[in-house]
Amino acid sequence: MSAGKTSIDDQHVTDSDGAQLLEARGITKSYPGTIALDSVNFSLRAGEVHALMGENGAGKSTLIKVLTGAEQRDAGTVELAGTPIEVHDTAAAQRLGIWAVHQEVMTLPNLTVAENLLMGALPRRFGLVDRREMSRLAQSSLQQIGLDLDVDRPLGSYSVAIRQLVAIGRAVRADARVLVLDEPTASLDMPEVERLFGIVRGLAARGTGIVFITHFLDQVYALSDRITVLRNGRSLGTARASDLPRSELVSRMIGKSLEDAVHKPAAKPSGLVARFSGLTRDRLVEPFEIALHAGEAVGAAGLLGSGRSETALLMFGAERADDGSVQIDNTTVKLKSPRDAVRHGIAFSPEDRKTDAIFSELSVRDNIIVALQSKRGWLRRITARDRKAITDRLIEQLKVKTPDADKPIGELSGGNQQKALLARWLATEPRVLILDEPTRGIDVGAHAEIVRLIEDLRDRGMALYVISSELEELLAYSDRVSVMRDRKQVKLLSGDELTIENVIAAIAAHEAAQ
Amino acid sequence: MRAAVAKLRGAWPQLSALILMLVIDWLIFPSFFQLRLVDGRLTGSLVDVLVRGAPVALLALGMAGVIATRGIDLSVGAIMAIAGAVAATSIAGGSPWYVAVLLALLAGMACGIWNGTLVAIFGVQPIIATLVLMVAGRGIAQLITSGQITTFVDPQFAAIASGSTVGIPVPILIAVATAAILGILTRSTALGLMIRAIGINPGAADLVGIHRQGITFAVYVTSGITAALAGLIVAADIRGADANNAGLWLELDAILVVVLAGASLLGGRLSYGLTLLSAITLQALKTGILLAGLPPQMTLILMAVAVSLLLAIQAPATQQWLARSARRRAAA
Repeated sequence: MSAGKTSIDDQHVTDSDGAQLLEARGITKSYPGTIALDSVNFSLRAGEVHALMGENGAGKSTLIKVLTGAEQRDAGTVELAGTPIEVHDTAAAQRLGIWAVHQEVMTLPNLTVAENLLMGALPRRFGLVDRREMSRLAQSSLQQIGLDLDVDRPLGSYSVAIRQLVAIGRAVRADARVLVLDEPTASLDMPEVERLFGIVRGLAARGTGIVFITHFLDQVYALSDRITVLRNGRSLGTARASDLPRSELVSRMIGKSLEDAVHKPAAKPSGLVARFSGLTRDRLVEPFEIALHAGEAVGAAGLLGSGRSETALLMFGAERADDGSVQIDNTTVKLKSPRDAVRHGIAFSPEDRKTDAIFSELSVRDNIIVALQSKRGWLRRITARDRKAITDRLIEQLKVKTPDADKPIGELSGGNQQKALLARWLATEPRVLILDEPTRGIDVGAHAEIVRLIEDLRDRGMALYVISSELEELLAYSDRVSVMRDRKQVKLLSGDELTIENVIAAIAAHEAAQ
Repeated sequence: MRAAVAKLRGAWPQLSALILMLVIDWLIFPSFFQLRLVDGRLTGSLVDVLVRGAPVALLALGMAGVIATRGIDLSVGAIMAIAGAVAATSIAGGSPWYVAVLLALLAGMACGIWNGTLVAIFGVQPIIATLVLMVAGRGIAQLITSGQITTFVDPQFAAIASGSTVGIPVPILIAVATAAILGILTRSTALGLMIRAIGINPGAADLVGIHRQGITFAVYVTSGITAALAGLIVAADIRGADANNAGLWLELDAILVVVLAGASLLGGRLSYGLTLLSAITLQALKTGILLAGLPPQMTLILMAVAVSLLLAIQAPATQQWLARSARRRAAA
């Protein structure tokens, strides 16, 4: 299997066996600044479990929202059993038999199991709720999914797993034809997962079409018949689970967006700038080692939830480490807060721009200058003239496209916001620059510019630590790659070991072993 | 120059609200703008508005910083009572006026430190944290005055409310000076930028290295001190301390002024100048109702109506509508 040779178009498996239950074609949905779905095709057969895979921001949840009526598509068609449908809200979708059970279970814990199951369709007698009939109906619908509960107890007195099953029971009672399970196993333990799987298989056997979303690879293979992979709002096609090896699935999810990326190793890494040894925090990440030299980029790879972002939080002092040490220029330092890290020349651009980095109502200039200003302290205000000079220089250097640097940064596109955030940290002249997903959710042009910038900074002697799901580009500029899996650093690849195959093997190894 | 014009344009809702209120007052009471010098002190209805508005203006100046960090300080009214009680008790005990002023300010500062500790260090939600002192503060003030209305005779202390310098009443000077000091402090340092950044996105403020804890603590301490100044003016005005009624409900007036000044309770906006303007607008409204000779029971209702109107005019939806129709007119 060579991930490099797999073309992207050969996976439109079009078997004609099995009735098409739900057929979505050319689904497009854009939000201001981003295209969440770009003419995506998706088909679901009656009686199959169909896994929908993709990294954060791939478009999975948008597709589900469009199919279940929570969002309206901009273009495309949806057919249910051959009939075109338009659903304007989730209630309309449910009337058609399309149900979704979400990660945060949407049930009402203070009501009884029976009330939760029959909500909206309570049996009545003389205009009043017939409680005996309600209990009987609830019992019988739970038996359909092999669940035996006291339906008159409040739902909140049962575990999350049971609540999840009751939510599924609600859909079953309403004769759901299409059932979307969005990360249903995230908070379940092994026996509960088995139980859920048993129920799901039973539903599929009765002809329900199941869409299954999870980030546990072994569960995908344990349960699904077919797999559709989304990346950056596009579908990479559908394949039978038995025809799609794990490593191939991982490489499709992670992707190789820059086909022409060539490994350009650093000119010559020089002295050690920072060493992070054995940093760990309970429940976040197990002890890991990262050494950063001047003029070198170290990449971090791993799936969502592998602990890759958590390493950055510990290295920047945004989370306090339980154990481990940090050395800057061979001197041990304590990073109790981001302020300490900034003072020691470390900079960090987080994964989620909007919630963790952008001050949307402040001007582009203020957003750029704020890190340098914080480094100097509140008393030593950067004068208006210096502020203008510094920000003008960086805006030009990074090609931030803004008609007016005094306008709020919230009005800029994602790519330009990201460039402004890089400008923010470059203004502090850091020695160590940590970037978490610097190219996520931005347009292709800005994407290439940011990759070039990373290489340029590295060649000018900065030490970089870059976390990215874009494996090819990560390999292109990294001198070493740290692979994370299950909150552990499992491999540190360097030199000739730096191949996509090796990284994917390291990411997928655990699942294959099970 | 361009920046100055832009700033003026940004302030027009507050400016027009103030002008509107003053014109209404003038229509009700034609001699509203008449000024006279009595015993070396300017008097007249307009001066009266400014003097009476000073305590709420001071509370609002402190509150503006707190609200800009996405917080709120419900305890300022109670802090006024505490500061007044401390000042009155120490003067009644024979202390000179400046010692009484100093002690009252220290008491206000201590209250601010208490609030700041709860909010910035222990991370208690501001509305809950300051509710503690809002409720307990009057009890503390009563303990200080032993439950009585403490009165005193001290012309120098009373001058805080009734004195004047070059004709301008002292309360006006205190409010303007406080606004000027806070304005200069936040503009000549990076505090203004940092306070706004904290209000807009506290998590991101931490991640760029802003000392969020310290700055949040400081805005509550400042609010405690400005509340104590307001308490001093009221105590000096009535020449006594009334633990039960001094500053009662004024925290709500202060919040109202800050919101009228264009701030958002979600933080991120801070203008001491507009806060001062809006404090005058609110007092002009109250005075107008009095001048019109309306029955006192009407006062609160009329205030509610007027404030709702002012807020509706300033609401983003109205502003957008006005901007749209202006564009349409320009196009036609």
